[in-house]
Amino acid sequence: MKILVSVKRVVDYNVRIQVKPDGSGVMLDGVKMSMNPFDEIALEEAIRLKEAGKATEIVAVALGPQAVQEQLRSALALGADRAIHMPLDTAPQPINVARALAGLARRENPDLILMGKQAIDDDCNQTPQMVAALLDWPQATFASRIELNDKSATVAREVDAGLEFLSVDLPAVISADLRLNVPRYPKLPDIMKARRLPIETATPEDLGVEFVPEARLLKVAPPPKRQAGRKVASVDELVAAVRERGLLS
Amino acid sequence: MSKVLVIAEHDGEILNPSTSRTVACALALGPEAVDVAVFAEAETKPVQAAARLNGVTRVLLVEHAANRSPVAAVLAPQVYALARDYTHVLAPATTFGKDVLPRAAALLGVPQVSDVMRVIDRNVFERPIYAGNALETIETPPGIVVATVRTASFKAVPETGSAPVEKISLDFDCPTHTRFLRVEGSSAGGRPDLQSARVVVSGGRGLGAKENFDLIYALADRLGAAVGASRAAVDAGFVPNDLQVGQTGKIIAPELYLAFGISGAIQHLAGIKDAGTIVAVNKDPDAPIFEVADIGLVGDLFEVLPTLLEALPKGGS
Repeated sequence: MKILVSVKRVVDYNVRIQVKPDGSGVMLDGVKMSMNPFDEIALEEAIRLKEAGKATEIVAVALGPQAVQEQLRSALALGADRAIHMPLDTAPQPINVARALAGLARRENPDLILMGKQAIDDDCNQTPQMVAALLDWPQATFASRIELNDKSATVAREVDAGLEFLSVDLPAVISADLRLNVPRYPKLPDIMKARRLPIETATPEDLGVEFVPEARLLKVAPPPKRQAGRKVASVDELVAAVRERGLLS
Repeated sequence: MSKVLVIAEHDGEILNPSTSRTVACALALGPEAVDVAVFAEAETKPVQAAARLNGVTRVLLVEHAANRSPVAAVLAPQVYALARDYTHVLAPATTFGKDVLPRAAALLGVPQVSDVMRVIDRNVFERPIYAGNALETIETPPGIVVATVRTASFKAVPETGSAPVEKISLDFDCPTHTRFLRVEGSSAGGRPDLQSARVVVSGGRGLGAKENFDLIYALADRLGAAVGASRAAVDAGFVPNDLQVGQTGKIIAPELYLAFGISGAIQHLAGIKDAGTIVAVNKDPDAPIFEVADIGLVGDLFEVLPTLLEALPKGGS
């Protein structure tokens, strides 16, 4: 079984982002970048499936400028067998990422595509669903448990009402939620080894992928600041303060 | 002029309140028509509930056996089939809408706008990025606008309408590659729904143990409130994941939010930004939650919670 995992390069989750004064975006110069945490979870799941003897090959893919190769090297250090870079000047929006990934899936024929449920930069939560639509494959989003059978998978999904269980035929697209697993750290020797491993390239043109018009960014602004209120000294004062606002009878 | 299609969220019995809030977003577009599509096995209560939402032009009842417990792969081609008569297709940014709508957008070959917080123009929208630490304004390209709506940013519409209901039968390829098995129920325990509750009582890592959450449940019951939790409390196994409030959990907008033992990670604050009044109790005076709380009390929640229960009248607010 072959698993395709996509990894996005995003601002590290520990970084407190700042909006550029001209409103053209957020500051990225000199900011630490990392693999999108939900993608790390997806990759970890693929590695575990391989360790359990259920998967034979893990292919990591990333789109964007040369710098995304850093995240592909991380994926190789963690246990991906191959890495494919789709070189693009900028990272496209989900609809076009999905088109590119679907194009790659048509060439690579994986049995499973594992992806993070959302990227922590644009918070879109669209790409896995879109890839599944374009391939006409089943989707199981927000997965917190995956049981792989021969030709199908049973997936527990985290939905607002609790846990939803689906059975999907393979090939399928599954998006990872937080509680699917806890990713491991790469070992230093594996990081060194991954530096020397080849990274393949595939362009959207190679794959016959056409991009569609995207939304245009007009501006980025900081959110309105919520004013800190006041501190009270006791429970009685707390209850009185809440009552003052007409919130308790 | 805009013609908006709203995808209703329901469980066959109840129209989810997210639908009403999505209709409110639709009305902000100044449309000539707002139709609500209800995908169901047969006529159900949510159809009438949708017809009562003010501002709705028509309710489209799309009957199909596969719509009993529909999965995204079954719903998306139906949304696609309906969408071509509209300028906008909206769904709530709940796990339901997030699952279905991108699949429909991809079929339509257009980008999707996720989590609309504000309608600026018929194709210009404001939405949060980086867990709400920045807001972007984007303009959609020509073509059908497909968007999910951040329900916490819109108020439910009144329910005094009486829109006509039209039955629609759609010709679409119904996939069988995805099978719904079951849902393992919500952990609300008869309490109000977290995303539509007027009052939410939340606990964090500071609760220390699963049993201690009983104090949170007791206060919630006293106030007729829903129960929430921080990601830390969920990760520690104190409560099930469907109670998680935050960027990766539920985005809520109660009138009153009471946070106990929650430090206020960015992740969590992203989920409560739209709350009316935030009350925080934490023993750490430097906890970030105090930077956003309207009323803060530095103290041990194990002393505060019982005292608070004493101070509040029995029988709810």
